[in-house]
Amino acid sequence: MIGVWNKLNKSTRTNFITIGVIILIYVLCQVMVAAGLMTFLMKGLLIQFCYYAILAVSLNLTVGILGELSLGHAGFMCVGAFASAFFSKSMIDVIENNFIRFSLAIIIGALSAAVFGVIIGVVVLRVRGDYLAIVTLAFGEIIKNVINVMHIGLDSRGFHFSMEVGKLELLEDGEMIIDGAQGIIGTPRDSNFTIGVIFLIITYLIVTNLVNSRSGRAIMAIRDNRIAAESVGIDITKYKILAFTISATLAGVAGVIYSHNITTLEAGRFGYNMSIMILVFVVLGGMGNIRGSMIAAVILTLLPEYLRFLKNYRMLIYAIVLIVMMIFNWSPACINWRKRHSLKDFMNQLMKRFIKSKKEA
Amino acid sequence: MSFISYFIDGIRLGSVYSIIALGYTMVYGIAKMLNFAHGDVIMVGGFVIFTVMSTWGLSPVFAVLLAIILCTVLGVSIERIAYRPLRKAPSLAVLITAIGVSYLLQNLALIIFGANTKSFTSVISVPSLKLAGGKLSISGETLVTIISCIVLMIALTLFVKRSKTGRAMIAVSEDKDAAVLMGVNVNKTIAITFAIGSALAAIASVLQFSSIPSISSTSGAMPGIKAFVAAVFGGIGSIPGAMIGGILLGIIEILGRRYISMELSDAIVFLILIIVLLVKPTGILGKKHHEKV
Repeated sequence: MIGVWNKLNKSTRTNFITIGVIILIYVLCQVMVAAGLMTFLMKGLLIQFCYYAILAVSLNLTVGILGELSLGHAGFMCVGAFASAFFSKSMIDVIENNFIRFSLAIIIGALSAAVFGVIIGVVVLRVRGDYLAIVTLAFGEIIKNVINVMHIGLDSRGFHFSMEVGKLELLEDGEMIIDGAQGIIGTPRDSNFTIGVIFLIITYLIVTNLVNSRSGRAIMAIRDNRIAAESVGIDITKYKILAFTISATLAGVAGVIYSHNITTLEAGRFGYNMSIMILVFVVLGGMGNIRGSMIAAVILTLLPEYLRFLKNYRMLIYAIVLIVMMIFNWSPACINWRKRHSLKDFMNQLMKRFIKSKKEA
Repeated sequence: MSFISYFIDGIRLGSVYSIIALGYTMVYGIAKMLNFAHGDVIMVGGFVIFTVMSTWGLSPVFAVLLAIILCTVLGVSIERIAYRPLRKAPSLAVLITAIGVSYLLQNLALIIFGANTKSFTSVISVPSLKLAGGKLSISGETLVTIISCIVLMIALTLFVKRSKTGRAMIAVSEDKDAAVLMGVNVNKTIAITFAIGSALAAIASVLQFSSIPSISSTSGAMPGIKAFVAAVFGGIGSIPGAMIGGILLGIIEILGRRYISMELSDAIVFLILIIVLLVKPTGILGKKHHEKV
């Protein structure tokens, strides 16, 4: 057994360990729920951990691995959430099996987010750096605004669409599906903690396998030096779109899980603030560090709920995390300080002192 | 007649965007960074005027002066504390810091002033102008906004072209290392740029909040981002470009809001940004930069 374990390469081993830890935590949570040890608040948080972790891991693919700042990640989540909730709500009487309906909803949510990922990815190719951040922000706002004015109803004559409030004239058997700024009310609650964990593991596997593959190395080469990558024959267009689309698709899946867990789905929630929150998860967890993103997402979701007095200061803390992390990582003064006070040096010095005292004795 | 009055309203909004866009375009040209917090400096200026006038009950002139001074100090301190340590860091790190600063200002204002929108008393007391036998009325705020935009634009162009500091700015924006060799103090020049940009933001806040008489902690963010769109539209780094981009964007936004859809006006502005970046990434008056290996 140990022989097989040692033969596996290092990344496979870390994958096994990470997934093992996730499953362990999952089992622990389920045991606690079954034993009645978990508060109602905590039970509600479990699924949030999953979709926030999926969002953080998928954004890390764009920010940490591809090295481009996306401020519209909530927009992809919004597309996935609305496309799938629209499907589930209109098909609630047609497909009665929850499992089939939710599976189809996941596929629809992921595909529609992927389509937007490709469209935005094509625009992203033309711009870089700060412009890219603004373009993704713009896309996120456009998606939010457009969904906010959509009114779609369903009656026995079929679907009806309008851009204005109260212009739909549905028949008596009709029902509003998307009602503008009110969004979608009454999506079937098909997703749960188990589904969330399954998709978190799938997300983790997709992203780590991508990072450790030939494509992943190409994407990181583009991040580290675009011109050098181009000159060794890496197709920048292809890999940028690839990374962007996978990131968007996974955010869409998170949106599906989110939308099938709440009663009222409003486009207004997927604004700039949500995108920044996901960015904070990525920055705190370490850009490019996938496990870090998951841990940061869980901690930053859990903390404000338990430290109630911090509730009003939550956003302020996010802001400070962003500034302090960046200055701590990149300011020359901080880099020097870290070199002088690193844990490794400290341990070495302790060891030296220890050996010295032994010799003297 | 309604079209003309919408058009004039568009020019008013565009003038405010131009003044904000100047701050973006100068900082972007010189420090090569997108100062996300610029929009929030406008909000801070607005709250300073609100506090001085509504809470303390002092004169508008004092309020405006205090707002300009405090915003300038704020802009320079942001640069000193948050951006200067990251001068050599990758642009991604600087951008995330700038977003952090913007978020910090918004949430500080939220904690200090609360989540409710405050009503803002207009600072400008100029009678409105009646044209075409009273059919067309241009408000005093609109007149002051458009005139101050033109005056500021001329003054700034002269300052950058004629003064020694202004020419130092151009030198730093063209080649930082060569500017150092010529004896230009780069840190001081960047600090001055931030000071000018923030002072302009304070003036923009006077004009913006006098026309739209309400203020909340997030009311600087959207005009800020739109002004950046204006700066990109006109060509980033160019002062006349900021003016042209700002005014065009203001007109498009107001006409779009009136004739297409109230809710979609922001989406229209952002769509323009995407189209500009796809068709002409350097903007109307921008210069193309070649990347060297």
